[in-house]
Amino acid sequence: MFSYTFQWNQALARLPQMLEGALVTMQVAIMSMVLGILIAIILTGFRLSGNKFLNAVAVTWIEIARNTPALFQIYMAHFGVASFGIHFSPFMSLLIGITFNNAGYLSENFRGALKAIPETQTRSARSLGMPPIMAFRTVVLPQMLRISFLPMTNQMVWAVLMTSLGVTVSMNADLYGVTQDLNALTFRTFELFAIAGVIFYIIVKVINLGARLIAARLFRY
Amino acid sequence: MFDTSISVNDLLFLAQGAWITILVTAISVFLGTLLGIFFGVLRYQVGPWWAAPITFVLDIFRSIPLLIQLVLVNAFVGIVLRLQISGFTVACGVLTFYTAAYCAEIVRGGIEAVPATTRRAARSLGLNWFQDMRYIVAPLATRVALPSWIGLALGVMKDSALVYVVQVTELLKSTQILITRLQEPLLLLTIGGLFYFVISFPIARLGGYLEKRWSND
Repeated sequence: MFSYTFQWNQALARLPQMLEGALVTMQVAIMSMVLGILIAIILTGFRLSGNKFLNAVAVTWIEIARNTPALFQIYMAHFGVASFGIHFSPFMSLLIGITFNNAGYLSENFRGALKAIPETQTRSARSLGMPPIMAFRTVVLPQMLRISFLPMTNQMVWAVLMTSLGVTVSMNADLYGVTQDLNALTFRTFELFAIAGVIFYIIVKVINLGARLIAARLFRY
Repeated sequence: MFDTSISVNDLLFLAQGAWITILVTAISVFLGTLLGIFFGVLRYQVGPWWAAPITFVLDIFRSIPLLIQLVLVNAFVGIVLRLQISGFTVACGVLTFYTAAYCAEIVRGGIEAVPATTRRAARSLGLNWFQDMRYIVAPLATRVALPSWIGLALGVMKDSALVYVVQVTELLKSTQILITRLQEPLLLLTIGGLFYFVISFPIARLGGYLEKRWSND
């Protein structure tokens, strides 16, 4: 059928290396997600604070994160800030780029979730004597995180897929980077990347499944 | 810090890259939307069991990184099939299916948002399936789907930055080439990023406005 002979054995022999890469991919994705959620909460706080300067910072961050390619953000973290004499390792650049992106998108999700929480709750909390930050942390925040759980899952999937962009800043420890290096060694482009694709697919499915299990527990009421 | 060696020719080079970005985006969003509507209606029409294969294939486009999709298709076309197809065509083809995969989901959501009673009323007035789709479902579903579709189109524009991997010199790649030559990464990246921002920001705002306006009634 094809004049090309597939050599899956050669590619499959490299599977352990690729799985190690997949671990790094997961590591980057999880770290960027945790940091992203924390920063997104802070940005959301900035927007609620009523302080013009803090609000401007948050809006600028969110709009840049949402309106430029993720690849651009990673480039900026690697090549852009190098102009100021700050040099990040590829791993750090990738992490910073994805975290920046995550934080922007998540903060926008949180803003949507906040609309679903009645203003009266904050007011009741305040009239019970809670200081503003405590009212936000103990009353609003838990509900906000629960409402935006599904968008957060999507963002997690995005984070995993985005790790593949690390190769542009010469990151070679993640799944895509490892595959790229193996490709340079063996020239089994199709086979290697097909395997990488399957691994990515499985990771994404596992995330979706896990999210569904957690959601079942989270939304029992 | 503010003197630069960027020449008019370099800016033209960037403009050329920007044009490729717009071209790739326009072609894939147009074709991808048509395909997406087709798949979305098909999936809704044939029921969950028969739709399973379509759902599975479209899901693949949403579950593996675009970079890998591009490399795989490029390798398949070039190495396995030995066809002489330009990177531009490969990029448009992959992005078309990428768009279609997301668009089918949006279309399905739009169709499901049309109340069943409205459609039954249309059918009992004597409209056939096609008329029902054309005059009742399409206008109502468009209202629901358009904001998400705008988001999708902008997403594809941003993701088109990855087609450099099949040797298409779009905006970010031309920026990268100039950085290698001029060694002014911050300025050049800012110009490149600004271009995306200037296109994406107003359209995203329009999408948000439409969403707000159309959801209230």
